[in-house]
Amino acid sequence: MAGVTLDTVRKIYAGNVEAVKGVSLGIKDGSFCVLVGPSGCGKSTLLRMIAGLETISGGAVKIGDRVVNEVEPSDRDIAMVFQNYALYPHMSVYDNMAYGLKNRGTPKPEIEKRVKEAARILAIENFLERKPRQLSGGQRQRVAMGRAIVRKPQVFLFDEPLSNLDAKLRVQMRVEIKRLQRALGVTSIYVTHDQVEAMTLSDQLVVMSGGQIEQVGTPSEVYRRPETRFVATFIGSPPMNILPGKVEGPGRVSVGGQIIAVTDMRDGLAPGTAIEVGLRPEDVQAGTAGASALTMDVDFVEELGATQLFHGKVAGADFVVQASTGQIAADAKSLTLTVEPGNVHLFDPQTTKRLGRV
Amino acid sequence: MEKRAIFSSRTLPYLLLLPQMAITIIFFYWPASQAIWQSFLMEDAFGMSSEFVGFENYRLLFEQPEYYRAMVTTIIFSSFVALFSLACSLLLATQADKNLRGGETYKTLLIWPYAVAPAIAGVLWIFMFHPTMGTLSRPIRVIGIDWNPMLNGTHAMILLILSATWKQISYNFLFFLAGLQAIPKSVIEAAAIDGSGPLRRFWTIIFPLLSPTTFFLIVVNIVYVFFDTFGIIDAVTGGGPAGQTTTLVYKVYADGRLGGDLGGSAAQSVILMIIVIALTAIQFRYVERKVQY
Repeated sequence: MAGVTLDTVRKIYAGNVEAVKGVSLGIKDGSFCVLVGPSGCGKSTLLRMIAGLETISGGAVKIGDRVVNEVEPSDRDIAMVFQNYALYPHMSVYDNMAYGLKNRGTPKPEIEKRVKEAARILAIENFLERKPRQLSGGQRQRVAMGRAIVRKPQVFLFDEPLSNLDAKLRVQMRVEIKRLQRALGVTSIYVTHDQVEAMTLSDQLVVMSGGQIEQVGTPSEVYRRPETRFVATFIGSPPMNILPGKVEGPGRVSVGGQIIAVTDMRDGLAPGTAIEVGLRPEDVQAGTAGASALTMDVDFVEELGATQLFHGKVAGADFVVQASTGQIAADAKSLTLTVEPGNVHLFDPQTTKRLGRV
Repeated sequence: MEKRAIFSSRTLPYLLLLPQMAITIIFFYWPASQAIWQSFLMEDAFGMSSEFVGFENYRLLFEQPEYYRAMVTTIIFSSFVALFSLACSLLLATQADKNLRGGETYKTLLIWPYAVAPAIAGVLWIFMFHPTMGTLSRPIRVIGIDWNPMLNGTHAMILLILSATWKQISYNFLFFLAGLQAIPKSVIEAAAIDGSGPLRRFWTIIFPLLSPTTFFLIVVNIVYVFFDTFGIIDAVTGGGPAGQTTTLVYKVYADGRLGGDLGGSAAQSVILMIIVIALTAIQFRYVERKVQY
């Protein structure tokens, strides 16, 4: 097994379109790395470059200690699970899984042993003689996974493998993928646009936008301390509220005339500087009026069962508050909001970078 | 989805069917039944009278060694043309399917020969391979082959196979290209990651997935060689030398039109008709079963 290292990897398509703009990233051996971002952010392209399905325009991709830029996909010792499963339609489930091993000249008894083993792990033993078209979406997905694990590769690559499944099955397969990866301990790189998948699966979360990495960290680091406004609003659901504000002094900012205390604030910001104040809907307390309280005009309420989402405006900007059902009267027209100083995120309006302690 | 239309009167649906039925009856059933009737008649030498002779025409036909020779010629001719045209067009289609600069131009150019009329295609090939004036005959002679399709039956057959193949490649190419483009890219990529080289990928993934197309084309090509090569044969060899390139279809024409044996010619037509019906039946049976997956 091996880690994966990317060194200023670039992808430039014909017509000078730069899809990946110099990405550097280290993925530790055995860890689960998730690339997440909106569509067109270059995450799939990056994955396909690691797989060898796209040429690398610049920089280096290393699997273990080996630079694989010029290595054929078949010789990279990787396995990939595709969004549409990409099963061989004319082969039985058994042959689909055995194909990669046959190509590598694995002896027949060994192939049989490994396929049976993978089928047992994935609970598809009863379908080995069937053709892919006779299987349901979830079963096909399992076969695609089985095809990857029988090869015992150094790296697993997943390209949005769950997006063709229905919501319930997606949650179930997500858990299975996580369990499987833990059990096998194979370095995995997983591409998704779904932030729930990204948060739940990853050891290392990579948020991408516009062909660049916005932030790398554990899911909790990325959630607790987003480095850019993009990450702040992309990770977390509902997204973080961003309010226009002003610097008042060390540890103090104001929004719409109200002073808010902040723990994580860069030193030396001149009072009066325009600043963006980020507050997560779930971090905001409603009801208790205090010294540093914001006033919110409620427009409507969304019921989610266990929680309610209050939509409205604070200081002229759209604002959402998430609260446990029953905590706030659902017919409230106006809310008084307070927030812990540790839960306030500050961003530079120009660079969109976090203005936290260095 | 419900596709049934409800008509209030009985006349309208029949009226709508009429044009298609008229075409089919006038241009297919009527001549076909004429041919079948004709095959049971025998005319006198001057075409003044004819009499009903039952299966006499068929009996005489199966006594002719020329008929069996035409059958063998047809089988050789159609096997070679089907094989060559399928192989060439598959090769061309796999190459054209790649992302090439100017790929669209190649594709268009490869389709053009199909627009050339068979007789004109034949004449083109004569210009190239005529023993005395052919532009390519001289170089062939230079390398020591006494090239003469006018006298040598084998040479004549080679020339026919070449021109008929050339004509058919475009058609097969189109179908193969469409077939290739219908194969999901990710399946090919998955095979590449699974350690399969380009050649192995072709034989284990692409070729099996193309098999419905291939099977369809084999049938269509055989029908093509059986019937539609008449123009080429007539222009290139006229069935000669000494009847060595006379196929079943050409013999129908030669016996009926040139030989004046209308009854015998009609009997041959009926046999050909049975062959086509059989081929089409096989094709439908298998195409409906989608061949392999």
